[in-house]
Amino acid sequence: MISLAGRDILHAWGKFIFTGIGLGLLIGVTLTMAGVYRGMVDDGRVLLDNSSADLWVVQKDTLGPYAEASSIADDLWRDVATLPGVAEVTNVTYLTMQARREGAEVRVMVIGVTAGGPGQPGWPPQLIAGRQITRGHYEAVADIATGFRLGDEITIRRNRYGVVGLTRRMVSASGDPMVFIPLKDAQEAQFLKDNEAILMQRRRTEANPAFNRPGVPGLLDAVLATQASSRSVNALLVRLQPGAPAPDTAEAIRRWKRLTVYDRAQMEDILVGKLIATSARQIAMFLAILAIVSAAIVAFIIYTLTMDKIREIAVLKLIGTRNRTIAAMIVQQALVLGVIGFVVGKITATFAAPMFPKYVLLVPSDSIAGFFAVLAICLLASVVAIRVALRVDPADAIGG
Amino acid sequence: MARRGILIERLSKRYGSGDTAVLALKDVTMEVAPGEVVGLIGPSGSGKSTLLKCLGAVIDPTAGRMLLGEDVIFDGGWRVRDLRALRRDRIGFVFQAPYLIPFLDVTDNVALLPMLAGVANDEARKRARELLRALDVEHRAGAMPSQLSGGEQQRVAIARGLVNRPPVILADEPTAPLDSVRAMAVIRILNDMARRFETAVIVVTHDEKIIPTFKRIYHIRDGITHEETGEGRAFE
Repeated sequence: MISLAGRDILHAWGKFIFTGIGLGLLIGVTLTMAGVYRGMVDDGRVLLDNSSADLWVVQKDTLGPYAEASSIADDLWRDVATLPGVAEVTNVTYLTMQARREGAEVRVMVIGVTAGGPGQPGWPPQLIAGRQITRGHYEAVADIATGFRLGDEITIRRNRYGVVGLTRRMVSASGDPMVFIPLKDAQEAQFLKDNEAILMQRRRTEANPAFNRPGVPGLLDAVLATQASSRSVNALLVRLQPGAPAPDTAEAIRRWKRLTVYDRAQMEDILVGKLIATSARQIAMFLAILAIVSAAIVAFIIYTLTMDKIREIAVLKLIGTRNRTIAAMIVQQALVLGVIGFVVGKITATFAAPMFPKYVLLVPSDSIAGFFAVLAICLLASVVAIRVALRVDPADAIGG
Repeated sequence: MARRGILIERLSKRYGSGDTAVLALKDVTMEVAPGEVVGLIGPSGSGKSTLLKCLGAVIDPTAGRMLLGEDVIFDGGWRVRDLRALRRDRIGFVFQAPYLIPFLDVTDNVALLPMLAGVANDEARKRARELLRALDVEHRAGAMPSQLSGGEQQRVAIARGLVNRPPVILADEPTAPLDSVRAMAVIRILNDMARRFETAVIVVTHDEKIIPTFKRIYHIRDGITHEETGEGRAFE
């Protein structure tokens, strides 16, 4: 038996191809949306991976440092370093801000890292060009997605930093590329007030008799020095000794230091389950709408193609064609349309993904699931056309 | 005993019920022998199409009896389980318009019926080509219906009606869209094929120019038929 669907498709190939391309663009958007979600999840995981930490120590009862603000003293690391199971502890600051480059602005996450080197928690694990930060001030390593090149200058707050190294795929949970600068500079950028604010604060403090006591020389200077310096960081990144149980060390930090500690799984849960949960729901809504629109389009097209063939279907039924042969023809056409659409959509998504400002991760399992979803949608969409075709009366082929 | 093509005895068809019932066919009786072509003539609304639909097993008669060859196919109710197979294997249809399947070439339009009946594709195409040769359209075997002239399309439609060697062919105004030359050619072909394949052919028509070609004519009016002898002019 010849394939009626195949022959019809070959006969009206232009209609199928162009409809398939239209459907494919829609499927491409759907796959890209799924890729955006996967990219957000991956950004979160990459952020955790690149921090090289086993534990994140943050301000008590906060979800910091990525999901909420967190501020802890920058000398706590000494105490944490003495706890059993701790191999390495570093201070770190995170600040998402607009950095300036040659008059243009770019949104970046500025990471303040302590003196050290690659492999230390918080540091970029590898560079694709240049070198790591070696000086205590005004050097930066930037993710290539920032658009900075080696030798460029980044303006962060009042200071300018020379880009000495470039890295790749170092992004915040929201996809902003990272810029690494020395911790002291980052603390200043994050916590220090501007000059006018410092002056006003100084006048206010001088006017306060509690701090400006003639009988206590040096008190006012000490208070002003405290106010003008930053002694805070956002978190401590802890690397455990090999084999050290994370829950025990985390519990010790919580108990003795009155801080909140998250391990890798908890931090991933915060990033994926809380930080991007709203975006994920948003994308899920888009995916649902796109699936419905795709189904409606396929249903409409298949319905129209079937209505165009009503007379032929009546003739086919009159000359003895089984209903299942006619239904199979419609289903096969819907599936072919779906396959054409999926191939076009997959190609579109693959080529479009790198052009998106945010990371789009096209996962093979999503494509496979998408393929079967498209087939299911096409099957569903062909139901209306099949119902119409099966209701065609073979007597319609005879006049009268 | 002479072989029988199709025999209809006291066939009735009523649409609706009660006060609104319409008796479209009233005790219609007709017989067409194998190899014979008869005309079925009547004005619009006379019951021609209803009779054709009853004969074609697409609507159910209300009462009466129908035999195809020696087989009783209807006797107060259908005596065959699979009407679809009955239509496919034992009744050929030729329509007013050819209604060829536009996405199949000429050969496959004809070969589709045997394929639907389970005949292998090669064998079905061989049968189709033989018929196309007999109908003088073999040279268009690979063409699509849209590439054919009206006459060629109608000959292909006749080939489709004949391909399963049905004992009866129902032709619904097969010459309506054709000029007189082509119309006569189609009637000649139907007569030739009827004789060649021993097929009973019933031609429903309004076409004045072909009516004289029938040896027997059934007139139908208000659901009642009466038979008369025709001139049978062209094919003596």
